[in-house]
Amino acid sequence: MNGQTLVHSPVGGKLMTGPFKVLLAVAGIGAIVALYRFFLGLGAVSSLNDGYPWGIWIAFDVVVGTALGCGGYAVALLVYILNRGKYHPLVRPAVLTSLLGYGFATLAVTIDLGRFWSLWKVAILFWRWTHSPQLEVALCVAAYNLVLLVELSPALFEKWRSSPSTSLRAWSERGLRFVDRGLVWILALGILLPTMHQSSLGTMMLLPGPQMHPLWFTPWLPFLFLWNSIVIGYAVVVLEASFSAAVFGRRRETAMLTSLSSVAAWVALCWVAFRLVEVAVAGKLPLVASATGIAFLAEVLLATAGAAILLSQERRARPMWQVRAAILLLLAGALFRVNTYMVAFSPGPQWSYFPALPELLITFGIVAFEVVLYIVAVKTLPILGGAAPAAAQR
Amino acid sequence: MSHPFSVQGNGFAAGGTNRREFIKIITMAAASVGLTSSAATRIAEAAARGLKPSVIWLHFQACTGCTESLLRTSHPAIAELILDLISLDYNETLCAAAGHQAEDALQKAMAENAGKYVCIVEGAIPTKDHGIYCKIAGRTAVDLVTEVADKAGAIIAIGSCASWGGIPSADPNPTGATGAPMVLKGKTVVTIPGCPANPYNLLGTVLQFVTLKTLPELDEQGRPKWAYGRPIHEDCPRRAHFDAGRFAQKFGDEGHRQGYCLYKLGCKGPATHANCSLLHFGETDTWPIGIGHPCVGCTEQKIAFRVPIHTTIDIDRPTPPDTYPPIHAQQGHVSTVGAGVAGVVCGALLGAGWMASKKLTGGEGEQKQAPDRKEG
Amino acid sequence: MSLNRRSLLKVIATGGVAATASSNTAAAAPEHRVAPAGAMGMLYDTTLCIGCKTCVVACKQANDRQPDPGPWESEKLYDAPMDLNADTKNIIKLYHEGDVRSYFKAQCMHCVDPACSSACMLGSLHKDEVTGIVSYNPYYCVGCRYCQIACPFNVPKFEFNKASPKIVKCELCRHRVKEAATVVGGFTRYPPGQGPACCEVCPRQAVIYGKRDELLAEAKRRIAENPGRYCQDRIYGETEVGGTQVLYLSHVPFEKLGLPEFGDRPIPEAAYTVQDGIYWRLPFVAPVALYSVLAAVMIRNRRAETGMSEKEATP
Repeated sequence: MNGQTLVHSPVGGKLMTGPFKVLLAVAGIGAIVALYRFFLGLGAVSSLNDGYPWGIWIAFDVVVGTALGCGGYAVALLVYILNRGKYHPLVRPAVLTSLLGYGFATLAVTIDLGRFWSLWKVAILFWRWTHSPQLEVALCVAAYNLVLLVELSPALFEKWRSSPSTSLRAWSERGLRFVDRGLVWILALGILLPTMHQSSLGTMMLLPGPQMHPLWFTPWLPFLFLWNSIVIGYAVVVLEASFSAAVFGRRRETAMLTSLSSVAAWVALCWVAFRLVEVAVAGKLPLVASATGIAFLAEVLLATAGAAILLSQERRARPMWQVRAAILLLLAGALFRVNTYMVAFSPGPQWSYFPALPELLITFGIVAFEVVLYIVAVKTLPILGGAAPAAAQR
Repeated sequence: MSHPFSVQGNGFAAGGTNRREFIKIITMAAASVGLTSSAATRIAEAAARGLKPSVIWLHFQACTGCTESLLRTSHPAIAELILDLISLDYNETLCAAAGHQAEDALQKAMAENAGKYVCIVEGAIPTKDHGIYCKIAGRTAVDLVTEVADKAGAIIAIGSCASWGGIPSADPNPTGATGAPMVLKGKTVVTIPGCPANPYNLLGTVLQFVTLKTLPELDEQGRPKWAYGRPIHEDCPRRAHFDAGRFAQKFGDEGHRQGYCLYKLGCKGPATHANCSLLHFGETDTWPIGIGHPCVGCTEQKIAFRVPIHTTIDIDRPTPPDTYPPIHAQQGHVSTVGAGVAGVVCGALLGAGWMASKKLTGGEGEQKQAPDRKEG
Repeated sequence: MSLNRRSLLKVIATGGVAATASSNTAAAAPEHRVAPAGAMGMLYDTTLCIGCKTCVVACKQANDRQPDPGPWESEKLYDAPMDLNADTKNIIKLYHEGDVRSYFKAQCMHCVDPACSSACMLGSLHKDEVTGIVSYNPYYCVGCRYCQIACPFNVPKFEFNKASPKIVKCELCRHRVKEAATVVGGFTRYPPGQGPACCEVCPRQAVIYGKRDELLAEAKRRIAENPGRYCQDRIYGETEVGGTQVLYLSHVPFEKLGLPEFGDRPIPEAAYTVQDGIYWRLPFVAPVALYSVLAAVMIRNRRAETGMSEKEATP
């Protein structure tokens, strides 16, 4: 580990910038459409039907959304389990991104659920707990949201530590001490929970059995989903770090990201290798030569391309290629998940689905809202690493 | 006199049927209204013994069509049968007497058969202005029906007018015409709507009361369920045409000539409860739809004389048509707008990210953004 | 002493893989669920069905569903659903290819090991222990529609157009049952008006109900007495997907009627071998063990760092 002390500080600066307002507008539109959905039902704003009851809100907002929130998980594995402390500065922003990812996935679930007012029963009515894989996901995600909140609380407490109110200062000191003492137990939970539910997201799509395309129907699906979430996690961390460095003027930890990208590349290659070997060993290779096979190839090729870029040492060190590779890995990972939930799942040739415009507007709104909160958090809370340079106070 | 019926003390003479024919006819009639042949024998025996219940038939705002319809039944001579089965003690259309004599007959019949006679009401009862718009022998219809119904063993309202007001109650209903059940609140009134009512519906009800001393099961409007339980539409011989989508569009067109469904010409069959489609009129098996005219809904208060004859009505409980869905019916559709927007937005974001990455200068210690980037 | 990174990676990776693998192999031949002793079902015989659709009408009335104008949306003269939907729990479809025709009655199959109820988080869809009827209780439903994803026959439908939507599917008219069933003519039947409406109104007895065992016996009798009449001399639902309580006899291949060749493996098995293997076979041992390992590793790492500055030990 290097000898520098780790400092976080808010970025500060004007909140209501042009792009911020645009994001707010998109989020606002999404909110209005969501209101529509709550009063008129799912059919009024989406193309969801009885053949495809799950659309982009589940396949993208929830399944990919939680994976986008695996940055914290992926970095925690590196920093706390594999003891690579040099990645420490990446942790807090990653935890923020994770909390936002999981929080908004939960929001998306609430919008998607037809009878969301019964959601509390899932946590409370434990004598009815079934062995449904989805129950596991639901409880885990709910718990993980809390864990992330606790993991991020030091940022909040640090800000309040310098608050004019004495009681708030006292509480934040106590909070910081509490988190510090229980850190190991909280962090261990923060690694256990995503392991559990990311794999269960895969298990979930084993249930439709005969309706699943063989290229995605394998008992290794939970493992593939878990590994895939780590790939996406690293990609998100790279993108988030690059974005915030470029936009908020913080120091870009290029060296750290270089070695992180190397880890990401190998993890991605392992995923690709496993995927191909599994398909080959199960004798499913001939299926790749079909229309649906193209989706499979896309997943594999995009991941390989992203990893290939990062295998070259020269490219790996350049931010442009780090970002481009991360985009490819992210795309590949997201594609795998969307494929599993919407392409591999086929209820019959008579059914078709593509998201309707209001459905898309809600998704865009959710993503925009996520970015809005990210910006607000980064500007007002000590999230990003590095001291606020005097000149940077605008 | 030329009139086939004449008052002869306690009843009318049956015209020319011997006992075997009598039994045969009674059995047929009983069967057609759902009574067993043993019941038929009981009817015949009761009639032979001269145990004929007294019937008092009141007319108010009526066209007498219901009575005439009853009398027009001739194969078999149901009218004669009825008149052999019952003792028609008061009927303004048919009785030969008039004036005080007729009224005395009424009072006598009421007194002698108190609690046992059947009171049949034909025609609507005006209620406006204390009911002065129909007075017989100086007394309003309301008073008359209340008095006669008070001591009746059974009350039957025949025809739409007596059942719910009929044609006199059509807008603007200047006389406040209404049906017998609305005037005789609290009493069980069997209603036999129709304009005219199907005489066999009356026959069945009377037969049941005469032999079994009970009234048939009634719906919430007092109509016998066996006759008014199902709408015309359910038992219409042209239903297959409806289910297959074959309609007459205009009177006299090819569809009309082929006997297609008359729904588009305004047939009220789907909303009209009656048994005309099963039990036709006039012994020549004629009934409105049968001769090519849509049902006008004459039994239903909400339809008859309210909804124009050729106006189409909504189908209350649609049933499947004469077609079948395939094993795999095409469902769901791809929204092209959605596809377009999704493609554009996702492509734009990815492309922007890809191109924007070019602006990232590499290396440790590099500060800040490209000069033209705004604050995020 | 700090753990060697490579060995730790190996341990975690192999551990994870082993857990998943063991859950597959530890399954060995699992006991398939069997139908309860009092399982009620229906038997539909395509050779008897005349396509009158009285069962469709009766089902709508018994279950108080709305008519579906279908392709005749502008006229609303008919109730013409094209498939099961939120207003249609039972439907007659037609298979017609060249000279071959067959009607097909579609509704919930009341599987012996239902995928829908194994998908349901809180057991809103629940298989009755006595009658085996798969029933729906909206109180526990969150409207997630996982049951729709899971069902191989695409049976549960959802009220997408309502603000307070429910899942809709045949429940064998269990809401009509008031008294106990008795054996009538060899079949266990409720008093008239209490059994499934479709079976009670069928003019040809093309669909009948009773105990699954009785129906199986009847179906086998029909096959034995009518050689060559029924396709493959087979009862669909006897063993398919682990068995269903609604059985089919057909004179045309079942595939053509929309009953695919699913095989005998119950649908939930694929997911449950994995899920139960990881979490429930040794209840929660795997997650607790993993948690302990993670915590132990982190404590060890932290101890190794003691001596570094305070700030660095805080995240």
